[in-house]
Amino acid sequence: MSERAAKVTPTDEEQDDEQITDSAAPDAATEEPAAGTETTTDPVTSGAEAVVRALENAGVEYAFGVQGGAIMPVYDALYDSDIYHVTMAHEQGAAHAADAYGIVSGEPGVCLATSGPGATNLVTGIADADMDSDPMLALTGQVPTEFVGNDAFQETDTTGVTTPITKDNTFASGSDTVGNDVSEAFALAREGRPGPTLVDLPKDVTNGETDREPDAPTVPDTYEVQERADEEIVAAAAERIENSERPALLLGGGVIKGEASEACREFAIEHEIPVITTMPGIGAFPEDHELSLEMAGMHGTGYANMAITHCDTLIGIGTRFDDRLTGGIETFAPEAEVIHVDIDPAEISKNIHADYPLIGDAETVVEQLDEAVDDSPEATKWRAQCQQWKSDYSMAYDAPKDKPVQPEFVVEALDEATDDDTIVTTGVGQHQMWACQYWTYTEPRTWVSSHGLGAMGYGLPSAIGARLAADDDQDVVCIDGDGSFLMTMQGLSVAVREDLDITVAVLNNEYIGMVRQWQDAFFEGRHAASDYGWMPEFDKLAEAFGAQGYRIDDYDDVADTVADAIAYDGPSVIDVHIDPDANVYPMVPSGGDNGQFALTEDQL
Amino acid sequence: MKKGLEGPPPEDRPTPAGRRNKQGIRIDPEVEATHEPRRTVISALVEHEPGVLSDVSGLFSRRQFNIESLTVGPTEDDDRARMTIVVEEPDPGIDQVKKQLRKLVPVIAVRELEPDAMRRELALIKVDAADPAQIAAVAEMYGGKTVDSSPQTATVEVTGARQKIEAAIETFSQFGIREISRTGTTALARGTDPTGTASATAQPADEANHDEPYTADDD
Repeated sequence: MSERAAKVTPTDEEQDDEQITDSAAPDAATEEPAAGTETTTDPVTSGAEAVVRALENAGVEYAFGVQGGAIMPVYDALYDSDIYHVTMAHEQGAAHAADAYGIVSGEPGVCLATSGPGATNLVTGIADADMDSDPMLALTGQVPTEFVGNDAFQETDTTGVTTPITKDNTFASGSDTVGNDVSEAFALAREGRPGPTLVDLPKDVTNGETDREPDAPTVPDTYEVQERADEEIVAAAAERIENSERPALLLGGGVIKGEASEACREFAIEHEIPVITTMPGIGAFPEDHELSLEMAGMHGTGYANMAITHCDTLIGIGTRFDDRLTGGIETFAPEAEVIHVDIDPAEISKNIHADYPLIGDAETVVEQLDEAVDDSPEATKWRAQCQQWKSDYSMAYDAPKDKPVQPEFVVEALDEATDDDTIVTTGVGQHQMWACQYWTYTEPRTWVSSHGLGAMGYGLPSAIGARLAADDDQDVVCIDGDGSFLMTMQGLSVAVREDLDITVAVLNNEYIGMVRQWQDAFFEGRHAASDYGWMPEFDKLAEAFGAQGYRIDDYDDVADTVADAIAYDGPSVIDVHIDPDANVYPMVPSGGDNGQFALTEDQL
Repeated sequence: MKKGLEGPPPEDRPTPAGRRNKQGIRIDPEVEATHEPRRTVISALVEHEPGVLSDVSGLFSRRQFNIESLTVGPTEDDDRARMTIVVEEPDPGIDQVKKQLRKLVPVIAVRELEPDAMRRELALIKVDAADPAQIAAVAEMYGGKTVDSSPQTATVEVTGARQKIEAAIETFSQFGIREISRTGTTALARGTDPTGTASATAQPADEANHDEPYTADDD
């Protein structure tokens, strides 16, 4: 493996450039079938080579995976490819890394695993990508076709297991067609509403002979995507916006995936409409802008939740109105006429009735709306009200110097120590919410998290994927929790081996903190299985892996230690011992009224 | 004491007067209207390939759609199969069924059939053979026939709309029913109106759709 690592080192600028040049050829080949377009490429001879060729044709530069019996033919074909394979420590990490690669780059991230346990270990990551509509292609080995159904060694019905959590999946049925199966799966992962796709690859199919060159990635004929919204509804929605007194924009993850952030910014600023984001929508609008009310929902800001509750026109773009955003349906934006822009017709009126359903690509529809809206709404009073809420429900927190370090302070220190384009990844729990609330996001594709699935352990492997998708001068910071970090920290071995410049800040309270917070609020403080009581010393553990370890116990350590860890060229881990009693507020309890968010425990 | 944030407490905040119902529709709190479930027939043209049936049935179970029957079989085109699904859902649910079905990649077209669509089901009804002549007479009344008889049993085949099958079963129950097997509803649109093509758009069926009691001229 070390030989291969030496072949293309992603952190080495010169070689990295070379690799990008190399991949330009397959990129051009996406215009037409690859056959004959590349003089340096040997014709395919096997199913496995067709699989790899399909990836090359699609412009794939990186793949994340773990070897194993049934996937070996694919790896053997990959051995001769310019695609850089990152050998992960666990398949869950491979899926999360590919997912994050997809979020940051906008192109499907690719992960590989063998049959049976390899495939089932991918499941969490695939489910995560499905919930968050992240473009991802999973390739799994399978036992030879003649053994399928016999409970063979390492056999799992992978397409069966993953049907509910993939956008589409395929059991490859022959060596001649497997290349196109992969091309099509790649295209499906990317087109329309993105999502994870999977191709299950029986070993006889990948080992089998074929000279069939795969076509460029194309979606099947049955897959249709509507790009432009109905003009009549656009006109009606525009009129509604013009006449509204309390308008609000709600930007979801679809804004970022649809490359509509710029169009939304222009629209919001031109018409002076306050902007709320969902959690996956973080980064779609600069949070330091006057119009920004930041994130709404369970742990959204008080001002975003007040605005979403009191608006009379809610323009939701690329959001699926998830229950963590809406709280109780009955009290969600109860006076708002809803304009819902989404590329997936099934999201329209699924949870919240759309008065103006606009099906189409986010950027296209926002441009349609922009053309149709002639007069900005007269909402001076409303904007003043929103500003008032911003000061009434300030996110300012107490940080007494004689108490343990407050987590918010650490998040802010990390934000200050890094540039605006820094990518933040997280695990799931309290630390994730503090990372949402106290880091000021200004650019799309800089927030990488497990939103819908809420998969603890997402942080470190996603930082690995994000690192490889990011520009070399972009920093990657993983804000993690002690519980989340413990779930996938074996990924440190990958970060060290691949010499990836990432900084992991573990907000360590020796609790599954969010559960502890809920137990205090709803279970009479009975800390069942949430109190670890003991945690390894993460800085020393990092050193054992060959990463740089740091530890923070006091406020005095924060600024310098954070600066050192960010400056360190390679993987570093800061074990930050935070106040174990710190809680996340505001909070809307499950199914509660957004406008009645609690600011303290006794308000729950 | 766990800390929190500053700001006016919930009881001091203004609250809007409006509400939404459980389906996310804005309502006048005084006159809360809910959508009642209705039964309707949805026809889906799908790629004839392995796994489509489990894709569709899995979709119905994991999204908790209320399904009464699902039939599948080949069509005039070897590469395509037609699924006929009878669902019972309120209007927003029926809308979701159609949209979620359409999202499945091997699904080519989805359409809710009009109330006048041809809907048929086949039932095999096995009864005690105490009175073969009477059984044959009842079978004839429902346009059916006896397909098997033994000293103890007689099995009758009846075809028709769901209401007719149910009426037949009720009538046959006088003989003592041993076993019943029903195929579930299959359906086609009438006349030149295609049941499913890639461009077919779903038409909402009205309340009268399928719930009327069976009368002989239904056939």
